[in-house]
Amino acid sequence: MLSLIDGKGRIFLAIVAIVAIGAVALNVWAPVGSTFHVPNYMVSLIGKYLCYALLALSVDLIWGFAGILSLGHGAFFALGGYAMGMHLMREIGDRGVYGNPDLPDFMVFLDWKELPWYWAGSDSPLFAIILSMAAPGALAFLFGWLAFRSRVTGVYFSIISQAMTFALMLAFFRNDMGFGGNNGLTDFKEFMGLDLQADATRAGLMLASAIALAGGYLLCRGMTTSKYGRVLTAVRDAESRARFIGFRAEQYKLFAFVVSAMMAGVAGALYTPQVGIINPSEFQPANSIEIIVWVAVGGRGTLVGAALGAVLVNYAKTYLTGALPEFWLFALGSLFVTVTLFFPKGIVGEMARLRELVMRKRMPPRTPATEVGDD
Amino acid sequence: MCQHHNLKLCRLFTTISLIILLAMLSGFISFTAIASPAERDVALALLIEKSSKKRAAGVDALAASGDPAAASILAAMVDGDLFFQKSDNRVVIAKKQADGYAVIDPILNEALGVLPSGDIKKIRVNNRLRRQIRGALGGLNLSHSNAETRLAAAYGLQKSPDPALRPALKSAFAKEADTDVRTAMGMALAVIDSRPEAAPKDRLVAIELLTDSDSTEARVILTLLAGDTEKDASVRAAATIALDTVEDRLFYFQTLGSIFQGLSLGSVLLLAAIGLAITFGVMGVINMAHGEMIMIGAYVTFMIQEVFRSFAPEYFGLSLALAVPAGFVASGALGVVMERSVIRWLYGRPLETLLATWGISLILQQAVRTVFGPTNQEVGNPEWMSGAVELAGGVLLTYNRIWIIVFALAVLAAVWALIRFTSMGLEMRAVTQNRRMANSMGIHSGRVDALTFGLGSGVAGMAGVALSQVDNVSPNLGQAYIIDSFMVVVFGGVGNLWGTLMGAFSLGIVNKFLEPVSGAVLGKIIVLVAIILFIQKRPRGLFALKGRAVEN
Amino acid sequence: MNKPSIGLRRLIQTGVFIGALTASVAGAAADTIKVGILHSLSGTMAISETTLKDAMLMLIDEQNKKGGLLGKRLEPVIVDPASNWPLFAEKARELISKDKVSAVFGCWTSVSRKSVLPVFEELNGMLFYPVQYEGEESSRNVFYTGAAPNQQAIPAVEYLMSEDGGGATRFALLGTDYVYPRTTNKILRAFLNAKGVADGDIMEEYTPFGHSDWQTIVSSVKAFASEGKKTAVVSTINGDANVPFYKELANQGVKAEDLPVVAFSVGEEELAGIDTAPLVGHLAAWNYFMSVETPENAEFIKKWHAFTKDENRVTNDPMEAHYIGFKMWVQAVEQAGTTDVDAVRQAMYGQTVTSLTGTKAVMNVNHHLSKPVFIGEVQDDGQFETVWQTEGPVIGDAWSDFIPESKKLTANWTYPWVCGNCEKPKF
Repeated sequence: MLSLIDGKGRIFLAIVAIVAIGAVALNVWAPVGSTFHVPNYMVSLIGKYLCYALLALSVDLIWGFAGILSLGHGAFFALGGYAMGMHLMREIGDRGVYGNPDLPDFMVFLDWKELPWYWAGSDSPLFAIILSMAAPGALAFLFGWLAFRSRVTGVYFSIISQAMTFALMLAFFRNDMGFGGNNGLTDFKEFMGLDLQADATRAGLMLASAIALAGGYLLCRGMTTSKYGRVLTAVRDAESRARFIGFRAEQYKLFAFVVSAMMAGVAGALYTPQVGIINPSEFQPANSIEIIVWVAVGGRGTLVGAALGAVLVNYAKTYLTGALPEFWLFALGSLFVTVTLFFPKGIVGEMARLRELVMRKRMPPRTPATEVGDD
Repeated sequence: MCQHHNLKLCRLFTTISLIILLAMLSGFISFTAIASPAERDVALALLIEKSSKKRAAGVDALAASGDPAAASILAAMVDGDLFFQKSDNRVVIAKKQADGYAVIDPILNEALGVLPSGDIKKIRVNNRLRRQIRGALGGLNLSHSNAETRLAAAYGLQKSPDPALRPALKSAFAKEADTDVRTAMGMALAVIDSRPEAAPKDRLVAIELLTDSDSTEARVILTLLAGDTEKDASVRAAATIALDTVEDRLFYFQTLGSIFQGLSLGSVLLLAAIGLAITFGVMGVINMAHGEMIMIGAYVTFMIQEVFRSFAPEYFGLSLALAVPAGFVASGALGVVMERSVIRWLYGRPLETLLATWGISLILQQAVRTVFGPTNQEVGNPEWMSGAVELAGGVLLTYNRIWIIVFALAVLAAVWALIRFTSMGLEMRAVTQNRRMANSMGIHSGRVDALTFGLGSGVAGMAGVALSQVDNVSPNLGQAYIIDSFMVVVFGGVGNLWGTLMGAFSLGIVNKFLEPVSGAVLGKIIVLVAIILFIQKRPRGLFALKGRAVEN
Repeated sequence: MNKPSIGLRRLIQTGVFIGALTASVAGAAADTIKVGILHSLSGTMAISETTLKDAMLMLIDEQNKKGGLLGKRLEPVIVDPASNWPLFAEKARELISKDKVSAVFGCWTSVSRKSVLPVFEELNGMLFYPVQYEGEESSRNVFYTGAAPNQQAIPAVEYLMSEDGGGATRFALLGTDYVYPRTTNKILRAFLNAKGVADGDIMEEYTPFGHSDWQTIVSSVKAFASEGKKTAVVSTINGDANVPFYKELANQGVKAEDLPVVAFSVGEEELAGIDTAPLVGHLAAWNYFMSVETPENAEFIKKWHAFTKDENRVTNDPMEAHYIGFKMWVQAVEQAGTTDVDAVRQAMYGQTVTSLTGTKAVMNVNHHLSKPVFIGEVQDDGQFETVWQTEGPVIGDAWSDFIPESKKLTANWTYPWVCGNCEKPKF
């Protein structure tokens, strides 16, 4: 099991643990106003970043290791978020504006008399958690099966994945869909009886996100270092060849795609209670493209890099929208261009490359191994 | 009457009395003619009042006064050109100029010079007054010398029928020589005759006349007459039959209308997608900044129009002719710069190009936002692009969309010709089919790439010029078209212009036929899902390019 | 083997540390009173919201020239939530917890307001919301300075039904598919039914955001209008989607006197982007028009042009709402002697400010204003000309009497009710 985690992984998990536990500790025990205190909003912010990191991991799994560029992964994230959101709406009960114990406010407003069938089971938190994995997983299975079976790859796949998320966005924007329309699901009060505004709940959700991130990382490492992972890499690098050798490439890709979608769903489910709203604009194609940027900035194919990229870019966004409200888009756009031009392997990738250079200088020259060039 | 013995005297006497009688009569007539200035002045005084009820009364009074200036005063009022001088309450017609208002007295028909805007106050109208005035003008202008004015009068009477004007209308109809005006007058008569107060036989005649008309007013009346409010059974029956005939005829034309709408939507999609088809097809580059190239073309149009507005407003109609090449050059140049500075380093890595171009699109959006502001900019339609041509059945083909269809096809033809007949086109095709081979043959693929990208971006710029005529011009313009452009290119087949053409038009028509049935949102969703499923079946799109091109 | 890794680890730890440090340091006391401005400066809503940021800067600057507030200088804190709803919530939280602002002026769409509502309620902040909206809300921490449906939609429809407005008996309700149009249309339908207009005479159509191809809808509205009764269109189409809609109307020859369109989201700012000559006669309903001739308005426009150094900038209703809200807040703070939210809230009730249209705007206990209603016709220079106005101010009603579930609810934050949506007083 320990061979699962290499040096990078060990550092990564350590940092996640320190940040998560440290933030909670400093939030609770350090006195307010002191330089060590971590304010409440920062706890939620860290939780949000951790969810984004998990989402980035899921994209790195399929992009870095299976060569599938999905420009619609935000859809899986949002579906998971909606699954959780539905449950949170049910937990409001009769404390909504119209005081209806069975129906959320927006349904009362639309004059609906009862819950539609697809809301069945949403009053159980366990069901919500399962649905947040099952719904994106099912969509990924259907979409992926159709796509990979027809050998839709590369840019075509990217574009139709964008179409998928765009269509979902339009659908969820419709008020008639029964998901709150443009306003989305919001006004959450409690999760499993715990008040969402309480510090303890917030800290708990953040820790849950940290655990999910760690779990996701281990899962990805497990998948990519196993035999399955090696075949997946072969499929990424030379799909036809792998197929001719006898591996069912579609099945390998499909499996990765579904697992990745489920991870994204979990990230979404944890994201929604921490942010307080889930809304169709999460389905926007622009959001999905941003995820790709996080992974590219951090380092594609390194897992750790993806998480790092997610945190860095979002932190930059948070900081810049406050510090340079009129110009932050320039900064962000330039960041993307610079990273793609000068750091194509991303931060972690570049550092790994530097380290290798350094090591090569130290080692005595050895017989060159036949390396498969990468393009 | 005269006894024969006093014949001469009698005749003299009769003649003189007749003459006196005639003089009295004409004096009476001219007395009434002279009497109207007072009525007119009373009417004008009412027009200046604040209350719109009083102004409405003023309009009626002015129309009834029979004053020769009434028509021009009322026409000015409905156009918003009627004012009154604050100093002496004199009603005037004023046209805005650079240095104030050029003022004319409508009654004496003399110019009063130029007055500053503070000296005059507008006589306000609202929708109700406008309708009333048009009806009044209808009555006044029935025998106007100008055929256009008579036509407008007839239309006005169709909309606001006044039974009191029936005799005047009938006599004008009898004398009318111009066929268009005659038809309009006939319709106006039919409208008046269809009212419940008219005799049933007149109404049946009116129904027959109305059956041949395609105007909405006619349908309105037929619907009313066929409905339950109509007391006379024979009228109701006749109207129902007439209505069915009309609606059958209309259905055919409405389908034509839907096809036109689909073609125009398709032409918009085509324009947006051609540029992308070129860059994607030849270079395999996913250019996420394509939408911004379109946006830049639209802004170039805005800037050129501003220049025309400030310096040569008479030539505003030419602004688009200038904007098209300007948009091409601006976006094309930007495209070449983008290619040389960023994209060429990312060769063979289409996914990285996607990211880099996404970053560039953010920068371009923000740049435009900073320079021009985030709000919409006013891009006007020149005269020859406004309005519509009316086909039978009330189907309207708006001019701007007709022009856009023509323009889109012209651009496509130009691009096709470029690729087919020029040497650059030959090089582009060679590089698309087999880059390495082309390189070995001596084609400088780097230069071809730069020019291709420039061409694709330039075409996007021209698309922006056209789109500025139908859509908002704002920094977000690009985002609205990027997804649709991708859909068209992927659906139609990469690297193939016919595919783009067919893809764009079929998507447009399907969308427009779905829209009345399922609503705009659901229609779009259905189209997207259909494309996704279609791609599963035919991954290379409608017209796939043979060869190992795009994968490598 | 671990050498570079330790460096990496240290780097990241330091980063987090510094982050936490700056966060807490920023909250250090200063001799200014901070005012938060939460408007999108990029993204889809930037078109509408950027001008409100500029308006707030002008108002704050003017107040500082008068000596500030309670002897301290006012400091604006601007953030860009980028039309992104979760970012709105994040920025709101930052403004209140990190920057320690005393009040926030912001939001435009109902989604953005709903995203930040839990934040303001949890942290006991104060938000001034300047945009006309659908009602059905009254929060302790929000002051709604924009129009509620009974201050915009209902008077507009009454005008259309009146003789002056054309005597319409048939209505096409066109809106963008989101909560504000849906709620407004629900209220209007109930209102029309109460006035004897049958459901068959009401057409309701929704389009997605940014819809630009209006051919089909304009054709179907024309068909709807040609069935015998005088028809009018009520447009809750959002913001700049109105522009291609109006263009299509003009091109298809729909004249305002035959088929008038009254819009609730079209103001001077939206008209600045089009040639309004073919639109003359169409209507809008607001509580303020730039063309209203009062000394207060003339002065405000002069100051605005001087501040923005642009003679062509227009003013609009949400700007006036911020003007009223800001002046009321300043008066309330002076009356309470402190910027403490609870004290200022109590002082807000009953505050009066002379609005730019010369009427007295009053803050009521349901957190809504009393404002006059103006119906104006589009002129060919992009301005509106008032054709009708209410006799006096109308009190904003958060809970519409035309929706059965809302009719029984009252919003009253003073004793003994102390709630935003209850049927009986709490005390």
